[in-house]
Order: sequence, then structure tokens, then C-alpha cells
Amino acid sequence: MSTTNTTIQDLTNQEYKWGFVTSVEEDTIPKGLNEDVVRLISAKKGEPEFMLDWRLKAYRYWDSLEKSHAEPKWANIKFGPIDYQNMVYYSAPKKKPNLKSLDEVDPEVLRTYEKLGIPLLEQQKLAGVAVDAVFDSVSVATTFKEKLAEVGVIFCSFSEAVLNHPELVKKYLGSVVPYTDNFFASLNSAVFSDGSFVYVPKGVRCPMELSTYFRINAAETGQFERTLIIADEGAYVSYLEGCTAPIRDENQLHAAVVELVALENATIKYSTVQNWYPGDKEGRGGIYNFVTKRGKCAGRNSKISWTQVETGSAITWKYPSCILVGDNSVGEFYSVALTNNYQQADTGTKMIHIGKNTTSTVVSKGISAGHGQNTYRGQVKIQKGATGGRNYTQCDSLLIGDKCGAHTFPYIEVQNSTARMEHEASTSKIGEDQIFYLRQRGLSAEEAVSMIINGFCRQVFRELPMEFAVEAQKLLSISLEGSVG
Amino acid sequence: MSLLEIKNLHANIHGNEILKGVDLTINAGEVHSIMGPNGSGKSTLAQVLARRETYTVTQGQVLLNGKDLLAMKPEEAACEGLFMAFQYPVEIPGISNAYFLRAALNAIRKYRGQEELDAMDFLPLLKEKMRLLEMDDRFLNRPVNEGFSGGEKKRNEIVQMAVLEPRMAILDETDSGLDIDALKIVAKGVNTMRGADRAILVVTHYQRLLDYIIPDYVHVLVDGRIVKSGGKELAFELEEKGYGWTEPASAAAR
Repeated sequence: MSTTNTTIQDLTNQEYKWGFVTSVEEDTIPKGLNEDVVRLISAKKGEPEFMLDWRLKAYRYWDSLEKSHAEPKWANIKFGPIDYQNMVYYSAPKKKPNLKSLDEVDPEVLRTYEKLGIPLLEQQKLAGVAVDAVFDSVSVATTFKEKLAEVGVIFCSFSEAVLNHPELVKKYLGSVVPYTDNFFASLNSAVFSDGSFVYVPKGVRCPMELSTYFRINAAETGQFERTLIIADEGAYVSYLEGCTAPIRDENQLHAAVVELVALENATIKYSTVQNWYPGDKEGRGGIYNFVTKRGKCAGRNSKISWTQVETGSAITWKYPSCILVGDNSVGEFYSVALTNNYQQADTGTKMIHIGKNTTSTVVSKGISAGHGQNTYRGQVKIQKGATGGRNYTQCDSLLIGDKCGAHTFPYIEVQNSTARMEHEASTSKIGEDQIFYLRQRGLSAEEAVSMIINGFCRQVFRELPMEFAVEAQKLLSISLEGSVG
Repeated sequence: MSLLEIKNLHANIHGNEILKGVDLTINAGEVHSIMGPNGSGKSTLAQVLARRETYTVTQGQVLLNGKDLLAMKPEEAACEGLFMAFQYPVEIPGISNAYFLRAALNAIRKYRGQEELDAMDFLPLLKEKMRLLEMDDRFLNRPVNEGFSGGEKKRNEIVQMAVLEPRMAILDETDSGLDIDALKIVAKGVNTMRGADRAILVVTHYQRLLDYIIPDYVHVLVDGRIVKSGGKELAFELEEKGYGWTEPASAAAR
């Protein structure tokens, strides 16, 4: 037993490997938030009038929430007050990247991505994945743009989309997550600085995986990116995002918004491997990851599938959701959330069934180690008109050690008697007998725990694109290092 | 040199002494059986030898192939050639039998400085051993022991033994929960593993298994001590007279 615990300790205590800081000159605006800051961000990006107007409406709405102390408090997480005036809302590498060519990107920034295992120059030669790299507040590079343009796929930074495709942005921005949606979504709508934009035209199957790699570098800076993905009728796209940040003692806020729109017969697959800095062993520092992600299955037979592997962040607060409007539309949510040391996660999904014969699947795997607290919060709602709606929810928690916690809050609301609902839940401790069995066959304690956890997460990992699945498995063992024995 | 040498082994769990001085020497090429009533310490002995940490060894010495077994971690003992077929094989959800067993074999090969096997080399080997135990190919991709019947689990243990080719194999009540047909298949699998370089220790409550795996030596464990040793005929004597028969002997031995 004692060795078991020691190995668990060893496994969970592994150092965060992505915690370095890049020394790069940044264009950083003064701390604080007011209308002028919003105007300044918009001006820096040379945005058209409609964007500024939208930002200002969002800011005023957020400001009213902030004045009435309406920061959401219902989640099962604890954190001190966030001083929104003591934070920088825009920071970008100074050397203005010429987005046409990677040669123009600050070499320090390129080196950063190389260190993170995302060589942007190299990436151009690798077939299969196109990358948008977001560094603090701006997108520094997008690869494979030309090749994608040949089939009509638009993949660019959000800033470029605002300038080059204003009609699409106008039509879809805020159509799934309005700026009034919630406190953090409003804040994001006011100050978001960049993010990725994807449009896949009618009948096009996007020929490669698209991915965005988010990196926070600057200190005392919040990252507020916004991603908008539209799959037109009959289109298909698979999109991945990854994220890391330097080790810092203070907490940093990351409040992103992701909106997905799938029209008739379209499919969007959205995968996340979230590895923001989780804080140290005593719970100092780390990212507050307060994110709003939602997809709308707008057309018949459309499908949106979320897969997330959440191993980082001091606090994770996110509920990637599906609004199933189109008849026969399908929503999926596959999640692995790991909390170690003093990490907290309150995560899950909402499946809102509106159209007829809509189906949704929820598979959530929570792993708690150290003093980690892991909460699944999920809502499944079958509205009156959603005849033939079906949901299957499976929600499993795994505990490592005796100081962590797992919590489950499922909300099920059914307004149509033809609905079929299934909910399964389990909580288990990682078994000493399982570890011993594997060790007796020659595997080390770390390998044993890693194998048990990978088995526990298999249903989710198999939804990830191949390379990401391998990455996610490695990440889990690293994030657990020091926790197992 | 003997393969396994146990001298005056004492072990307890949560302060309760279970093994009270076990002495046993096993040479390569031999099959030994340990029999005894419930609670005599048979399974404890098997688990202590496999280095389960829930048991505390308080006295004694165990040498595996001349090396100090009690200083080894469970995985080191495994890599040094010790295998235990579990009385209650454990389920590992989400991990396929083939993946698990290849990882185990490669961990052992790596420890011994041998090249690791890729899936292409490993699968034919595993399939061959599974045929020996009359297990269908579909067990390759099923999660380890999950949803297996009692008999399938026990056969799967022997498949693992056949793949890992241990020098010292311990079968902990492998016959429990087996019907006669499964018992014969398991015994056949074990018997093909007998050889001059290998020793097998069969821990069992009943003599039944020993009809099919015929031991060279039988030892009777009562109250944490070996109270009687003999040839295979000792098993029949026990079956006939019951374990009560050995107890006066153990009392007299004190």
C-alpha cells in the first residue's frame, strides 16, 4: 500500500513541462477595463464599425453585471475575488507578423511553438494538419491557408475574418452564444482579441484536420479568444485545439468563447486537449479557465461532437453544449477531466433537444488525485416538440488517494413523453488489487496506474484523432506523475 | 542451486501473524503442491512470494534463483521470473487482453535486455498459447478479464503464464470455480509448461487438481507451518482422512 501511495505521489508531482516564458517584445496596453480600452482594442485591430458597436454593447452589459456582482457563483469551485481592473486585456508580440509569410514572424515566437512540439515552419510540410497559432492576444501564423482555399475552406484568425469576411462574421457572431449569455461570455465579447475562424462551404469535406494552438505568454494578462466555426450544408470539419501557459505564481484568467454552427447534413467534430498551467503542488498560481462553448445543430441531420481532455488549469469551468434544433440532429460530448494537487474542475455539458428525433450521447470520465475536486454538471432537456428525443449519459469518476473528491450534478428535464433517457453513473477508487495484478505481470507501478487510467478513459480517447489520442495518453500520465504508487 | 528457497518465513497482515515459520525448497524441474485447510496461510504464502505489500514479512529469508526475493518489488520479482496465477483474476476495463499482455512481456524483456516485440511478432505467439488453452480469438480484444466467466478467467491466467514463460510459477487455487472440463484444459496447459528449467508450485485446497497436474512433492500447511511433506500419495491420504488427520502431528511436532 505504502509503495502504491508513493508511486501515486510521484506520478502526480511531475513538473509542468510547458512552463517556460518567451522573451519577446510585446505591445501591451495598460491594465484596466473601460469603454476606452474596448475602443483601443478595436482600433488596434482596425475593425469595422459593426464590430466596435457589438463590443461596446457587450461591455456595457458586462459592466452592469459586474456592478451588480453577478459573477456566477453556482459552480462547485472556490476562488478569491478577481480584480478585473488589475489585468491587461491586450498583449501582442511587437514585430507585426505579416500573415502572408511565416518568415515575418518573430523567430522567438516560432521557437516557442517549436519547443511546444508545434513547429510551424515544419508543419507546412506535414500533410494532414493545418495550424493557427495564437500567442497571447493575437494569431501569429496560420498554415495551409492556400491549400484550404483551393476547396473553398476559410481558415484564418478571427481578426482577418472580421476584415475579409465581414458578412459571415456579422451573420453568425453571437448567434449561438449571445453577448448576454453569461458573465464571462459578455466579458469575452467586449475584449476578445483573436481566435480562429473556420467556414466550410456547402458539400465540402475539409481535406485536413484544422487546429489552433493557444499560448499565454505575457504576465498579468488575460486571454480572451473567440472561435467561430460554420459548416454549411453537407460540410464536414474536424477541429482540434491545444493550450499551454508559463508557470506563474498569480492566477491568470482565460475566458474564451467558442461558437459552432452546423447546417443541414453538416458535421463538426471539435476536440480539445487543455493543458493550461495548473498551479503548483500547494495550489499557487494557475489559469482560471472560464470558457463558454456551444454548438447549434441548426439543420436537419446535422451533428456536433465535442471531445475534451482537460488536464490543466487551476480551475476549469466549462460546459461544451449542443442545441439540437434540426430534426434528427445529433449531439455528442466525450470528456476526460483530471484534477490533481489543488486543481478544481466543474465541467460537463448541456444537450438541449428541440427538433424531432434528436439524439445525444454524454460520456464523462472524471479522475481526481491529490486534493483535486472534480465535478460533473450536465443538463439534458427534452423540449415539448422534441418527439422521439433520446439521450444516453454515462458518468464515471475515478478516485486516486483519499484526499480528493468527485461530485456529480445531473439535471434532466423532459417535457415530451416519447423521450427515452438513460443515465448511468459510477464512482470507484483505483484498485490496489488492479495495480498489484499488473505489477505481478512485470509492469512498474507508474505503468500500471497509467494503464488503468487509459483503460478508464478509452471511450473518450477513441473519439480523438489518432495523434491527439497518443498525446492525450502521455499527458494524462504526466499530469498524474507523483500521484500513484 | 535451488530455484526457490524459503527459510523460516513469518508474515502478518494488519498485525495478525499468518505465516509462522515456513521452510520450503524447490528445485528447477520440480512440481510441488501446497495443500491445507481454509485459513492455514496457503494464499498468504503465494501472495507474500509475489511481493504483495499488504503483507508484512517479520522474519525469515526467501531466495529466488539465489537472489533476495523479499527485497524485490512485485514487478522485479516478475521480471526475475516469478509468476502467480491469481485465485481471483482482476478486471482491467478498457484495456485489451492482447495490449496488456504485450506490455507485460515487453516490460520483462526490457528488464532482461532483450528486444521488445511489436504487435506483428507478438500476436502469433499469443494466439498459439490461446489455442493451447482453447480460448477463442475474440478474447484478444476483450478487456482484461472483464465479463469473463470464472473458467475463462482461470484459463486466461494460464495463457499469461504460457506467454511470459516464468521460471517459478505459483498457481493460487487455480482449480477453484472450475468445472471438470475447464480443469482438464487448465491442467493440460500447465503440464505443457513443465520442464527442466522451470518449477511450479500448485496451491490448492482439494486433491482434485492433482489428479491432472501430478506433483513430485506435496506439503501440508496448517496454521502457518508446513506440518507434513511427502510424495504425491500424500494428497490421496489427505483426501481420504481430511486435514484433521494432520493436526495431532502438528501438535506433536511442537
